[in-house]
Amino acid sequence: MSVADKMREKLESAFAPSSLSITDESEQHRGHSGYREGGETHFRIEIRSAGFAGMNRVARQRAVYDVLSEELAEQVHALSLSAEPE
Amino acid sequence: MTAAAGSPAIEQIKQTVQENDVVLFMKGTKNFPQCGFSSRVAQILNFMEVEFADVNVLEDDALRQGVKDFTQWPTIPQLYVKGEFVGGCDIITEMTLNGELDQVLEEKAVSFNKAAVEKIREQNA
Repeated sequence: MSVADKMREKLESAFAPSSLSITDESEQHRGHSGYREGGETHFRIEIRSAGFAGMNRVARQRAVYDVLSEELAEQVHALSLSAEPE
Repeated sequence: MTAAAGSPAIEQIKQTVQENDVVLFMKGTKNFPQCGFSSRVAQILNFMEVEFADVNVLEDDALRQGVKDFTQWPTIPQLYVKGEFVGGCDIITEMTLNGELDQVLEEKAVSFNKAAVEKIREQNA
């Protein structure tokens, strides 16, 4: 399973998002530190979920980071994130 | 690996955020950033004429891991204002554009150039 698919699965089960997009932006970072052939190192994630209601920005991002802690520790070098309540 | 509370790196981080009103933990320095995300936040602060201490986490692995553990935040850069974690690159960018960063700085009595940040907003409107 690709890293993107794994993250999608985890985010869907944790947050039941009303919308979720995961974009592999690794190619834009070719030659930068952390880039690897084959990509899946730099991602942009946009997630919207009712579960984020009442949480501030830092708390929302922390919640997403927690769910993706394995990926962040291993393959994923950079993650640009927008986590919004509905 | 997790840096233990009370380790030299954690103590150093604690002291740095207590002693400086604004601290940016980043890859590289404010004058020579070595990562696009760190560079963006440093540029925003420079442009806003905010005085800040830059801490280059690439100089010390214990510091690089320590700041992630201390903040419970897995990525760099990390911005602290008056000892409080405000956010990483995405959050600071968003707060710059919607005016929330001005509010935080005003509330915490940190001086900045209001005209400059308004210019950033105009250009990104």
